[in-house]
Amino acid sequence: MITKRLLLGAAALALSAGAAQAQYSDNKVKIGVLTDLSGTYSDLAGSGSVEAAKMAVEDFGGKLNGIAIEVVSADHQNKADIASSVARKWYENEGVDAIFDLVTTAAAVAVREVSREKGKIDINSGAASTVLTNAQCSPTGFHWTYDTYALAVGTGNAVVKQGGDSWFFLTADYAFGHDLQAQTERVVKASGGKVLGAVKHPFPNADFSSFLLQAQSSGAKIIGLANAGSDTINAIKQAKEFGITQGGQKLAGMLVFLSDVHSLGLETAQGMQMTTGYYWDMDDSSRAFAKKFGERMKGKMPTMVQAGVYSSVMHYLKAAAAAKTDDGVKVADEMRKLPINDFFAKNGKLRADGRMVHDMFLVEVKKPSESKGPWDYYKVLRTIPGDEAYKPLAESACPALMKK
Amino acid sequence: MSSTPTSSGSVSPQKILVLALIVLGLIAPFGIYPIFLMKGLCFALFAAAFNLLLGYVGLLSFGHAMFFGFSAYVTAHGAKEWGLTPELAVLAGVATAVVLGAFTGWLAIRRSGIYFAMVTLAFSQMMYFVAVQAPFTHGEDGIQGVPRGHLFGLIDLNSTLNMYYFVFALFVGALLIIHRIIHSPFGQVLKAIRDNEPRAISLGYEVERYKLLAFTLSAGLAGLAGSVKALVFQLASLADVHWHASGEVVLMTLLGGVGTVFGPTVGAFLVVAIQNYFSEVGSWVTIIQGVIFVFCVLLFRSGMVGVLTPWLKRRGIRG
Amino acid sequence: MMTIFGIPAQALFGQLLLGLINGAFYAMLSLGLALIFGLLNIINFSHGALYMMGAFVAWLLLTVLGAGYWTALVVAPLLVAVFGMIIERTMLCRLYKLDHLYGLLLTFGLALVIEGVFRQLYGISGMPYAVPKELAGGWNLGFMYLPIYRAWVVMASMVLCLGSWLLIEKTKLGAYLRAATENATLVQAFGINVPVMITLTYGFGVALAAIAGVLAAPIYSVNPLMGSNLIIVVFAVVVIGGMGSILGAIVTGFLLGLVEGLTKVFYPEAASTVIFVVMAIVLLIKPAGLFGKRS
Repeated sequence: MITKRLLLGAAALALSAGAAQAQYSDNKVKIGVLTDLSGTYSDLAGSGSVEAAKMAVEDFGGKLNGIAIEVVSADHQNKADIASSVARKWYENEGVDAIFDLVTTAAAVAVREVSREKGKIDINSGAASTVLTNAQCSPTGFHWTYDTYALAVGTGNAVVKQGGDSWFFLTADYAFGHDLQAQTERVVKASGGKVLGAVKHPFPNADFSSFLLQAQSSGAKIIGLANAGSDTINAIKQAKEFGITQGGQKLAGMLVFLSDVHSLGLETAQGMQMTTGYYWDMDDSSRAFAKKFGERMKGKMPTMVQAGVYSSVMHYLKAAAAAKTDDGVKVADEMRKLPINDFFAKNGKLRADGRMVHDMFLVEVKKPSESKGPWDYYKVLRTIPGDEAYKPLAESACPALMKK
Repeated sequence: MSSTPTSSGSVSPQKILVLALIVLGLIAPFGIYPIFLMKGLCFALFAAAFNLLLGYVGLLSFGHAMFFGFSAYVTAHGAKEWGLTPELAVLAGVATAVVLGAFTGWLAIRRSGIYFAMVTLAFSQMMYFVAVQAPFTHGEDGIQGVPRGHLFGLIDLNSTLNMYYFVFALFVGALLIIHRIIHSPFGQVLKAIRDNEPRAISLGYEVERYKLLAFTLSAGLAGLAGSVKALVFQLASLADVHWHASGEVVLMTLLGGVGTVFGPTVGAFLVVAIQNYFSEVGSWVTIIQGVIFVFCVLLFRSGMVGVLTPWLKRRGIRG
Repeated sequence: MMTIFGIPAQALFGQLLLGLINGAFYAMLSLGLALIFGLLNIINFSHGALYMMGAFVAWLLLTVLGAGYWTALVVAPLLVAVFGMIIERTMLCRLYKLDHLYGLLLTFGLALVIEGVFRQLYGISGMPYAVPKELAGGWNLGFMYLPIYRAWVVMASMVLCLGSWLLIEKTKLGAYLRAATENATLVQAFGINVPVMITLTYGFGVALAAIAGVLAAPIYSVNPLMGSNLIIVVFAVVVIGGMGSILGAIVTGFLLGLVEGLTKVFYPEAASTVIFVVMAIVLLIKPAGLFGKRS
């Protein structure tokens, strides 16, 4: 830690000498965190993401080549029009250079459109859809923490290998749910499993008993939950109530965050397997970040989205310092050149389609007896190498790639 | 409301006010962020359309989001997939709203009061379901990256100022239409129905036909607002078909003042401003919004404009 | 095995039973809403938020005071009812002579504030709440596994609904209440304190919502938005039953639970829309609702 800070300090000093030639618009580097501060995703991203971005700026030293770094944040309320208008206002009027987090796909795509048009950087940590690195990719747009492909590969493969070769899906009836189900189905079939059926439920939905009963009577070994947030929580809670898990069927939550497990409690969530891009209790560096984060967030541990925001802000600042500019295209090029090595990603790399490729982790929720205290929730079963977890570049449908 | 006809040459204070507001609207984008203004104008038009029904016919629709949101989808789809020019895309959106309005209105106007509100809510929920299910709407991702195109093939709407004046012109035009409707003999009949329906029936008016026409007009104007919004933000999404949007427009209208010409506009700008300028305080927005509604209901029930107008009039008389 | 539309009859029976259980929540919530509308002429849009409060207060009682489920089942509704009565006394009472619209708006604003405050304090993803030990486990009915807790919910709800109905239809207090609904001034003239009765009725309706919340806590995620989407469904139930009709609200609540349960089997995507289709059809054919009196 100390050496890292020294190195950073030295780098900053060395670079500040060249600040005279460096070009930063309005003599300021301004980063925006645009996220859901009040709705369904405000616990897994929300104010935690804003705090993570501030921590990254502080750890960077608060200044970039002698120039002040400023953090602004706003609530997009999960509405695409609000997200797009805030992004536009930030870029046009308030000199924001890059936007972070962008949880939920509709808002993410809306901001991606604006960023591409303005040649500004957007780094997505919160949204799940692979569309961001395919049809909607951009030379200045990145996808940092996870995507539906990685979740499907991580959980789907592992579960089939352990003998969970017949699946039934409970799918949220919207684009994200369909996408997640389709990707997981593909993985399950490729590894020799079969899909017995699926039921699409309205979104949001509180009572899952009917759907769980349908899943139960299908006789599938695995019930895949292709939904998120309170839908997943309700489904898991009720699966336990209806004796589904005790009856030998297993649940596979395709997108479960640490905050969801916290809300369920270990008693209910135990034994469930899922894929995550980060878990706080992995090694010294991940714990150190989590400890500092917890001190600022009433003891909460960071989710992978929040940790991803820190990592992406830090990488952006490093690249902006090295490129000596805040010009979107130039910084994006620099970002692709620099490797990513921090508590979040080991040897992470940014690909041409904007995907940040890093190792993912297959985890299992601990039994209450195994847990040593609050937030001690996961045991890591397997590290999934980045190249296995993410969709190969050759298969990317990114139009920017096609041109090259 | 002044019954004394103004002789040509002398200018009534009302006209001065309207002209002042138009001038204000023309210079506003140089002082205030134009996207915010356009959003305000779209919602103001939406609220004005809603107010035509609530304020002048006395019918509270709790399903106006279906016209607003669905027209946005049609316009977005038309502009993006069929390559329609903006004016045609907007027309397609408005036409959709008119057809939808005529059909749902035909069923809904048989009921009144809270039952009318619930029937419209029911239809709007069904349209929401269609929006979730239909492939062309792309579910919750919505239709994104809608091209603004060139108006009449000439004016480039990608320029923010051009877009603003297009929206502003439509807004002023729509308000003029509403103004004409209200002050026409047709509008007088509507008000008669609002104040005393049995009397209107006994006077020989075919009340249902008047109501249906008013409902369809209101739906069409709400559709215009939605279509324009789709072009402004270059996207159409589920949020605009959701019942929350129907609720929001009720709030805007009541905040500004029901049955006043400018009330809905004031209310719409107020709500949009709260959402926009408070978005940086994050999660407090909904609490602040809630507190404002509670205060308005308890303290200024006639809405902002409803409270201000008598005050201005009193001053006008003195002056 | 016998099948109905390709579904085994037994499985269908299981689904109907589940529908009935969900109907139990609709019945309790719509009963409260109908009571409040009948006497106060207010469409209580904060009903969903008060239901959420019931669940949250139960959770708070458990985590802060260590008070268990059974205590919560009594204490939480009382606390929430007191909160409701304060609101009635300070705000709602000013609106009785006005259009429905203002009551709806005020309670909508209140719902935003209540949900916002809880979100601010406890986040969005919700809190765990376990099924009480006495009701854990389940019975294997042959055609399905029925958790004991769900059976308890349906029983408790039926008893509560029936009790409320008897109270209103068969007792003297209920007679006053019904009389006040018809003509408050006259009842006041007979020496009955109508304002107090109104406050108590509001409190009772709110308490029903809070009980539903406590009953829901072990089943659903206890989060600040748990009631926000429920409100329009319950609202629809009341309208289908006939505004202000107590029996209508109860019967329709259970009935719509069944309809929704069947939809979940045959066309799951439409499960949350079907109630509105029913509402449109009912209102167009029978304008005052299934049990409403024509005014």
